[in-house]
Amino acid sequence: MKLVIGIVRPEKMNDVLEALYRAEVRGVSVSQVQGHGGELDRVETYRGTTVKVGLSDKVRFEIAVSDGFVQTTIDALCEGGRTGEVGDGKIFVVPLERAVRIRTGETDQSAVTPVGA
Amino acid sequence: MDVLSIAQTAKVDTGDTAWMLAATALVLLMTPALGLFYAGLVRAKNSLNTFMMSISAIAIAGVMWALVGYSLAFDGTGDLIGGLHNVAMHDITNAPRDGTTIPHLVFFAFQATFCIITTALVSGAIVERMRFGAWMVFAALWSVLVYSVMAHWAFGGGWLIERGTLDFAGGVPVEMGSGFSALAAALVIGARKDYGRQALLPHNAIYVLVGAGLLWFGWFGFNGGSGFNTGANSTLAFTNTLLTPACSLITWFVLDLIRGRQVTAIGAATAIIVGCVLITPAGGFVSPGWAMALGFAGALPCYAMIVFRPRTRVDETLDVLAAHGIAGFTGILFIGFFAQQNWNGISDGWVYGNIDQLGDQALAALAAPLYAFGATYVLLRLLALVMPLRVSEHEEALGMDTVQHGEEAYPTGEGAILVTPEAGIDEPVPVAQPG
Repeated sequence: MKLVIGIVRPEKMNDVLEALYRAEVRGVSVSQVQGHGGELDRVETYRGTTVKVGLSDKVRFEIAVSDGFVQTTIDALCEGGRTGEVGDGKIFVVPLERAVRIRTGETDQSAVTPVGA
Repeated sequence: MDVLSIAQTAKVDTGDTAWMLAATALVLLMTPALGLFYAGLVRAKNSLNTFMMSISAIAIAGVMWALVGYSLAFDGTGDLIGGLHNVAMHDITNAPRDGTTIPHLVFFAFQATFCIITTALVSGAIVERMRFGAWMVFAALWSVLVYSVMAHWAFGGGWLIERGTLDFAGGVPVEMGSGFSALAAALVIGARKDYGRQALLPHNAIYVLVGAGLLWFGWFGFNGGSGFNTGANSTLAFTNTLLTPACSLITWFVLDLIRGRQVTAIGAATAIIVGCVLITPAGGFVSPGWAMALGFAGALPCYAMIVFRPRTRVDETLDVLAAHGIAGFTGILFIGFFAQQNWNGISDGWVYGNIDQLGDQALAALAAPLYAFGATYVLLRLLALVMPLRVSEHEEALGMDTVQHGEEAYPTGEGAILVTPEAGIDEPVPVAQPG
């Protein structure tokens, strides 16, 4: 059981979601985040004030999956999120100690398996 | 409009002039209002660029109008195009403009605001993807080659007004001119990359409603000023500008209820625009009763077009064709049926026994779309040979605001590091620099 964290471009969010659905990966949390990676800073000017914007908007996917689904999920994130330019984002896979489905009290494997799957 | 002047007077009327000064300012307000309306309808990352297309129209169409557009539209009585006597503001003075009781300067300024708003209207077709530079070049050429020509036909002594076509405030040059040009522009520029694949939703419905409200407010100057005086046609148009959009709103509410069981806010904003457009050509020519009928019935074809267009592959993004082209077309034809001489002092429509008027109106309803569509299509095709018209897919994904203007509509300032400190601050406050 792993937690797959994918940080992608906001404009690729829909493509990533589409790829995840196609790969039958369901159960996704999405949040808007800002971060700094290898991208060049963007320069913006507001009247006389010029600023270098070091933080870029990103979207963070968090997906808890059973071990067999890890590679599928990574593939979908890559397929949906890639443009080939610097700034496409990162994927982190971290071990997951426990998972509980609040509604039923199911734990671990059955908690991360989507209903009806 | 020459036909409206009851008598040629060589004297400036103070009351008329006072109203026209105010009306001019009202119409100028419509362009930033349109910018707000359009900006609310696009995604947040493109909202500044969308607004800037309208603001740039004030600059570009305004200057082109002073340099050459006004003269081509309003100097002389050539069939197709005016003369060059008033090029670069030549001979535009405080003397009254022929056929009116207001100074030529005021007449010029009032007409300039029309050219500006019409140019800005076309931008609705190509937002979220057209390069800002290409837009400005297009706006400069379009305001002269399309707007000035059509303004001459309908207002400036060209063939339509000469044969008796009635167009009070611009069904031909403004509404059909922008609407059918918008269709051509959308076809040449092409759809946004995500069109038809993803939901591309308005980012701020409140802007849309405020923009529509301010447009309606400005439209009282647009229609109420198009008689160039405070006479009967002007006050009729003014009051009709209140009645027709109110009726279009009701029709829209009912259609929304039938279609989706809910009355929508963005639908309401659209209905206001549609109503104002419907009464634009007809304002000073039809009775208040018929103006209300126009509002109720004229909204139907526009609503149908707004439902139909997104099902096609034509990404005429903000539906300029439906709200302006189709509504302008409807309004122009409506005059042919329901114009009433005892209200307008000029001519009756078919219903009141003068079928010839309908013929003149039908001719305008045929010629205006053809010219606007054809001229805009050719102009953009030629422009595409010398410059790229749209941004790359990658830039389109990033959003036009940062790519084209280096600004965001809603900057948070988080992670922003001062490059040039503001005046008075010698040392920039230390900021943790990531990376």
